[in-house]
Amino acid sequence: MSDCLTVKDLCLWYGDTQALKNITMNIKERSITALIGPSGCGKSTFLKTLNRMNDLVSGVRVTGEVRYRGEDIYGKGVDVNELRRRVGMVFQKPNPFPMSIYDNIAYGPRTHGVKGRARLDDIVERALRDAAIWDEVKDRLRTSALGLSGGPQQRLCIARALAVEPDVLLMDEPTSALDPISTSRIEELTMELKERYTVVIVTHNMQQAVRISDTTAFFLLGELIECADTERMFSRPEDKRTEDYITGRFG
Amino acid sequence: MKSKMHLGEDAIRGVFMLLGMVTVACVLLITVYLILAGVPAIREIGLGPFLLGRVWASTAAEPKFGILPFILTSLYGTAGAIVLGVPVGFFTAVYLAKVAGERTRRVVGAAVSLLAGIPSVVYGLVGMMVLVPGVRELFGLSDGASLFSAMVVLSVMILPSIVKMSLTALEAVPREYEDASLALGATPMETYFRVSVPAARSGIAAAVVLGVGRAIGEAMAVMMVSGNVANMPSLFQSVRFLTTAVASEMSYSAEGSLQRKALFSIALVLFLFIMLINAVLNALLKRSREG
Repeated sequence: MSDCLTVKDLCLWYGDTQALKNITMNIKERSITALIGPSGCGKSTFLKTLNRMNDLVSGVRVTGEVRYRGEDIYGKGVDVNELRRRVGMVFQKPNPFPMSIYDNIAYGPRTHGVKGRARLDDIVERALRDAAIWDEVKDRLRTSALGLSGGPQQRLCIARALAVEPDVLLMDEPTSALDPISTSRIEELTMELKERYTVVIVTHNMQQAVRISDTTAFFLLGELIECADTERMFSRPEDKRTEDYITGRFG
Repeated sequence: MKSKMHLGEDAIRGVFMLLGMVTVACVLLITVYLILAGVPAIREIGLGPFLLGRVWASTAAEPKFGILPFILTSLYGTAGAIVLGVPVGFFTAVYLAKVAGERTRRVVGAAVSLLAGIPSVVYGLVGMMVLVPGVRELFGLSDGASLFSAMVVLSVMILPSIVKMSLTALEAVPREYEDASLALGATPMETYFRVSVPAARSGIAAAVVLGVGRAIGEAMAVMMVSGNVANMPSLFQSVRFLTTAVASEMSYSAEGSLQRKALFSIALVLFLFIMLINAVLNALLKRSREG
């Protein structure tokens, strides 16, 4: 498997505060990479550097290099909108638009110029099937997405992200606002998605990382402490701090 | 000791209640008075001839009291103000809420507030001295005092309400919606117009209705720029509004005359319009709060 994203010496500042310190890591395609670490360690910030969602925060400065399929995404002349289409994102809190289920999914494709009822119908159905929510919502596509409960809302958000045919899916603690049953459905779904997508997931829950990820990266105070095969990291961590964190000595 | 405390509490509560009642009493008093004062003339003239009569000649030897010209002028004038003012106000609000930097936002915001604070007679004065001659020159009219000039003045006067209220609605749109849109690769502009604005639409609609209320109730400024002749409305003709009809004849109508009573009836019609607008506004605001 080749690397989908390569990060080299990435530093990020919020004003004068350095939030990421010399991060260097590679993310393999068609695998799940989990980012773990205590609150404020920079894992979410790191995730958002991968599709430049940090650009929206004022006072953010980035140095170093992030390459997506070889292209420096912080380089000159990069089309940020196209980058974000290919590197999609699912947020911590389910955030469907206040529109119908259908329009939520069709929003992305329409924005990127897809026209025609039949084509959109196709895309919507495929995205909803891929996110394992089609059967639940197929009879109520025209009703408001806000009428769904938390778990289905989050799967709808995943479907919405899939509808623009991304390559990478960034997930920022996608289950932290959900109940255990919804959580396990999202986890199953995520594992299916890695057949076709590269997934990077931030999680607060170490069991979740163990259950679903292939690679785990442990962040602490803005530094990447250790990045390794998940099984290896949780059985034989190399760094003392990783060991302390995964055995629950702090966090 | 204990009972004394209660006494104080009760007294204060009573005073507040009483003060609150004053407002309610004012509304009731005005409503009742307008109905009592406005109905007799309508009875005498007849509802049909009063509302649909095309001629208002209150001081003629054979007086006619048809207020259709005023009703239509008020409706057209308001519609014109909305057509001219809403696009400007709406785009200003979108710009301020989403695009402008902190400093521009403060400056433009202050300017909008100031616009709201200018007395209507000043609008009228500037309209009279600048706008009316300008309209006369521009369109080659004999007199620029017209429905069109009134529309322009009204459109400026309703700007602050439209900007402020749309701005509030747009700022209340959760950041998460916009993030979701941007993360799908939509540009900021696409995001504002396809996510933020639709999400704020009830509030924006309420802003428009509030503007309608402001425009239809305005008297002083429109009187100064519209020429104040009771014609059936036409864009470049001198016209008279519901409000200005009352204001301009009240001072010389004889006590107890049909003319004076008819003026009260006009006020009643205006009042009913405003009530209707308020009901619509409240319904919209309720919807906007419920999301």
